[in-house]
Amino acid sequence: MRVRFNFALGLVLALLVIAAAISAGWIAPYDPIFDADLMNSEMPPSWAHWLGTDGQGRDVLSRILYGARVSLTVGLVSQLINSCIGTALGVSAGYFGGWWDDLVNGLTNVMLAIPSLVFALAIMAVLGPGLPSLLIALGLTNWSWTCRIARSSTLSLKNQGFVQAARTAGFGDTNIMRTQILPNILGPVLVIATLGIGGAVLAEAALSFLGVGIRPPQPSWGNMLTDARELIRTAPWASIFPGLAIFITVLGFNLLGDGLRDMLDPHMRTRRT
Amino acid sequence: MLRFILRRMLQMIPTLLAVVLIIFVIFSVVPGSFITSLMSEGRNVMNADVLAHLNEQFGLDKPLPVRLWDYLWGLAHFDLGISYRTRSPVWDVIEPRLWPSVKLALAAMGFAAVVGIPLGFLAALKPGSVFDTGTMMMAVSGLSLPEFWFGLLLMYVFALHLGLLPSFGYQAGSIKYIILPAVALGVSPMALLARTTRAGVLDVMNADFVRTARAKGLSEPRLVRTHVTRNVLVLVLTTLGLQVGSLMGQAIVIEKLFSWPGIGSLLVDSVSTRDIPVVQGTVIVIVLWFLVINMLVDVAYAAIDPRIKVT
Repeated sequence: MRVRFNFALGLVLALLVIAAAISAGWIAPYDPIFDADLMNSEMPPSWAHWLGTDGQGRDVLSRILYGARVSLTVGLVSQLINSCIGTALGVSAGYFGGWWDDLVNGLTNVMLAIPSLVFALAIMAVLGPGLPSLLIALGLTNWSWTCRIARSSTLSLKNQGFVQAARTAGFGDTNIMRTQILPNILGPVLVIATLGIGGAVLAEAALSFLGVGIRPPQPSWGNMLTDARELIRTAPWASIFPGLAIFITVLGFNLLGDGLRDMLDPHMRTRRT
Repeated sequence: MLRFILRRMLQMIPTLLAVVLIIFVIFSVVPGSFITSLMSEGRNVMNADVLAHLNEQFGLDKPLPVRLWDYLWGLAHFDLGISYRTRSPVWDVIEPRLWPSVKLALAAMGFAAVVGIPLGFLAALKPGSVFDTGTMMMAVSGLSLPEFWFGLLLMYVFALHLGLLPSFGYQAGSIKYIILPAVALGVSPMALLARTTRAGVLDVMNADFVRTARAKGLSEPRLVRTHVTRNVLVLVLTTLGLQVGSLMGQAIVIEKLFSWPGIGSLLVDSVSTRDIPVVQGTVIVIVLWFLVINMLVDVAYAAIDPRIKVT
């Protein structure tokens, strides 16, 4: 019962954020960049500005709505890249074994040893700030768990009857991996990817906060917090609401991922109830 | 046991080498070097002779494989190179930052353990209760919290509003300064510990040997003390160890937010000034910390759980 509730809550929150990102252009009351009005800077929440204004008099709500686009793009695309890399490496390593398996294993261990934020920071320093760099930095640094799960699942699958049957029927290696193994490991990969979206949203905010993520004036939840940090005494709402947006988004995807895992793994379900 | 530790230490070397290689290659393909970053600071008129001299001084005129080899050769002699910015050995730049970082990681972990483990334990003893549901909601929220935002809120409430604690800075030997960054950094490991402990206790409570012990008439407190605690300890210890290991890397943002003079803020500053030797040095320290803590966790396993054999 609780599992279903959490999953539903996660789904609602995630859909809410996705809807906000898609419709930002229609529902945002002001332009996030150009409607700066220094006469109205640091105004507390009011009817005209529901979530108040920031240090340059820009509407916090509008900036949060547009910021959702950045956060979601980063979260979804970087996880897609991670899942593709992790699955490709993990499945091929588990399937072929030998030196390739050793190499992939070694690489996974190295990736696990470097904290992903440190790695992403280094890549951002090289590529420079901006959305494409963020997608690359976060898409290349977080595939090790997917790879591990894909590899261990492939190892247990490859000696099962249906895979052997496919081999006897004359299927090639690529074909077996694609049609026999891949569909069977999609569940766990999906769970890790969903949980990873939250992590990527947090990482985007952290990198933008450190000044290497999204460059102002383009709004991102992370750089909104950087700007608002100086104003915490006079305009706390400018910090509170972007942080709340990050929190709600990450919570939504985390609940969604937890729920998916519980549904796919009956053992976990008995443990939790 | 000694052989096991030795072997694990030898196993770290290839991982470390790979890390060095990756970081070295990443920063060698950077379009801007330290010298161009000097120029972008407004000193953009630079004599060609000076440029050549600087390049030579920092060894940047040599081809990449030679520089890599020089660096590795230095590393083998525990020499991390010379900082571009301060012109002093990298180790002298890193060393004063080490203790504040370790202190912050341990304080955050202490907070996480003292709060998280009892919460998870109590929640598991009454599964499905209001306390259990509340604890788990708090745990999933704790894992979703952007920690620098949480730190900012703590700063706002406890430093600016109530005036109880300093809002940022560092003072050796003073506890006041470490409380807010440690809580901000510790909240996500705390949530994870609460969840892991709860899951572990529930697993053990349903195990056959606990049912047998109960059937034998063992009192509930004694059962928890003798049968459950020890079995859960391995799981909790793993989570704790892995978290301590990765905390130094995670602390970057919190260190920046609270102006904490640790490894993380050094890394961010050196990345922005392209002081590559210091960047490499800090990454090596962070990775080494992770690897050493993991090894210690493995060693501790064997001490707690006789079923795990060290070979």
